[in-house]
Amino acid sequence: MTPLLSAAEGGHSVPLVDPGAADGVLGLAWLVIALPLAGALVLLVGGRRTDRWGHLLGTATVAGSFLVGVAMFVALLGRDGGDRQVTQHLWDWISVGDFQVGMVLLYDPLSALFLLLITGVGALIHVYSIGYMAHDERRRRFFGYLNLFVAAMLMLVLAGDYLGVFLGWEGVGLASYLLIGFWQHKPSAAAAAKKAFVINRVGDIGMSLAIMLMFVTFGTTAFAGVSAAAGEAATSTMTAIGLLLLLGACGKSAQVPLQAWLLDAMEGPTPVSALIHAATMVTAGVYLVTRSNFIFENAPVAQTAVVVVACVTLLWGAVIGCAKDDIKKVLAGSTMSQIGYMMLAAGLGPAGYAFAIFHLITHGFFKANMFLGAGSVMHGTGDDVDMRHYGALRRAMPVTFLTFAMGYLAIIGFPGFSGFWSKDKIVEAAIAENYVVGAAALLGAGVTAFYMTRLMLMTFFGERRWEPGVHPHESPRVMTVPLVVLAALSVLGGVLLLGGWITDWLTPVVGPVEHHELPVPVIVITALVTLVVAVGVAVAVLLVGRSEVPRTAPTQVSLATRAARADLYGDAINEGLVVAPGRALVRGLVTVDARGVDGVVEGGSGLVGAASTVLRGAQNGFVRTYALSVLAGAVIVVLAMVAVTW
Amino acid sequence: MDDLTPFLVLSGILFSIGAVGVLVRRNAIVVFMCVELMLNASNLAFVVFAKQHGNLEGQVAAFFVMVVAAAEVVVGLAIIMTIFRSRRSASVDAAAALRN
Repeated sequence: MTPLLSAAEGGHSVPLVDPGAADGVLGLAWLVIALPLAGALVLLVGGRRTDRWGHLLGTATVAGSFLVGVAMFVALLGRDGGDRQVTQHLWDWISVGDFQVGMVLLYDPLSALFLLLITGVGALIHVYSIGYMAHDERRRRFFGYLNLFVAAMLMLVLAGDYLGVFLGWEGVGLASYLLIGFWQHKPSAAAAAKKAFVINRVGDIGMSLAIMLMFVTFGTTAFAGVSAAAGEAATSTMTAIGLLLLLGACGKSAQVPLQAWLLDAMEGPTPVSALIHAATMVTAGVYLVTRSNFIFENAPVAQTAVVVVACVTLLWGAVIGCAKDDIKKVLAGSTMSQIGYMMLAAGLGPAGYAFAIFHLITHGFFKANMFLGAGSVMHGTGDDVDMRHYGALRRAMPVTFLTFAMGYLAIIGFPGFSGFWSKDKIVEAAIAENYVVGAAALLGAGVTAFYMTRLMLMTFFGERRWEPGVHPHESPRVMTVPLVVLAALSVLGGVLLLGGWITDWLTPVVGPVEHHELPVPVIVITALVTLVVAVGVAVAVLLVGRSEVPRTAPTQVSLATRAARADLYGDAINEGLVVAPGRALVRGLVTVDARGVDGVVEGGSGLVGAASTVLRGAQNGFVRTYALSVLAGAVIVVLAMVAVTW
Repeated sequence: MDDLTPFLVLSGILFSIGAVGVLVRRNAIVVFMCVELMLNASNLAFVVFAKQHGNLEGQVAAFFVMVVAAAEVVVGLAIIMTIFRSRRSASVDAAAALRN
């Protein structure tokens, strides 16, 4: 196995080494996708016949994928560092002239981690859904959609070709649409699904244009081919590809300016929010940027754009999270913000790729944990999402409270918990890169601590503010067991960093971590982050914990609160900048069409009609008139002949 | 060679009479007769030109015209008969049902 371009020659970028063919256990990569896909097919085509055992089958397929994934992971662990990339060519997908696209699966350290995260967290959420959706008569269909999602997401991370990624990319978009709008009888859910789909379309245009540009530039869309040729292409081309990929990533990962759909996406059932809109699908953008490191390394402008987008989003989401009373929307704002952190790390280049993926994994654990916890709270309070109607739930729902607390400590970065390690690394890398970026990351950590503490206090502490007739109760075992597992992972996720394991593991894909000089010792930065977090917690305790929480949201609030409640006017901006001009443009086009194009067509037909009315006068039905015209014609012909002869 | 101009003039006069007859008369039978007159005027011209050029082609053409005219008479008279039976009139102006 010789590298196409060694790390030393290629500067920062480490192209994919020529991957070996998959054999043994690693040859089972196709099975990982095929299992949930088969599950989805059986459940969606089988119809009512599968109602009784559909949820069990759906869970079993994902669990099966997880087991295969674990076996493959172990097999990959047993290989040498440079030998850890294998491909599996399933069949020729597109073959037109020189353009060859194979259905190729690429299994390397990066996709291995994603595979475990998706199937592992996915399986836990499937188990949880058995309980959460128990009273929904369309539960079987729900599991069919979930299986479809898992299959598409696995396709996305296992594909060895940008077109294969795109296939999964669209697949998860479809599954996301179906699941956000799962309770389609609610107009708000149907609208939210449509909104998510439409905004994602905008990102998908960027993604597809990037793929076309790659094909035009390199003649191939395979990772191996593009990465080998990436260093030789013009910087402008690489910048264009990078920016277009970023647009795609923004759509899928709810980054500013395509962030508006994620908060509405909370209309879907809570396990969907946990799986798709927290742990897996929304992190696809981070995956894309990390996977395309060979492109972004050659496009500094695009890389800077990633950092800017990430910084804006991480503060944007955090600010929204501070003002929401809907528990799921707080978590959604938080998701946006945390993905901002991942994008930030991914935008920092080799200094941050590994930490982006590290934070992605720990976030997958603790955010899925908290979403499922929120679902458990809703389950116990009759599907109420308003935190002003909670309070003092820690006694009524002890398991939910304890597991949620683990997620809470992890996300704010309490020392020792998983989020502490992963966020700390990102802040470090950000400060080393640029003080402004570092300050944004630091501020974001403080705001995160504030809104998460507010959520904890409003939900589990303080006075009871329950709706009359609501008797909160702990959820059944089938829901609490996944919570406990995820809570344990939230606590222990940091072990991935032990001895720099995750950075070494990802080196074959993204290159070794570059260490920049920090202005102060690492311990000072860690202390600073912890201090900022402590301040955030303290402010929340002072503001929320000390006083009575009103049961209805106060209306006399500051401008900032009002803006944050309105999602920082994200919808208004879209309305003003895109929808209104679009509508005006369409109206203009309709006018041009009605007056201009139709005018020409109708004018033409009117002219013909008028001319025929005149000509119809000649057809008077009298034979002698016709005879006269025949004679006249003959005379004219004769005269013409005579004239020509002379 | 004799001067054949008078024959051509006669042919022209006969043709003109026929043409005017077709245009101004209403009785289908008379119109028909005028058509025959025009055909025969052209036959006369054919024969005169054949004589002038010293070959038979014009005369052969005249025979063709006669045959065609005979066939035409058969069809034409049949049509006129049918129209007369249905309308009790042989006026060509009366048969204007296709108007508008």
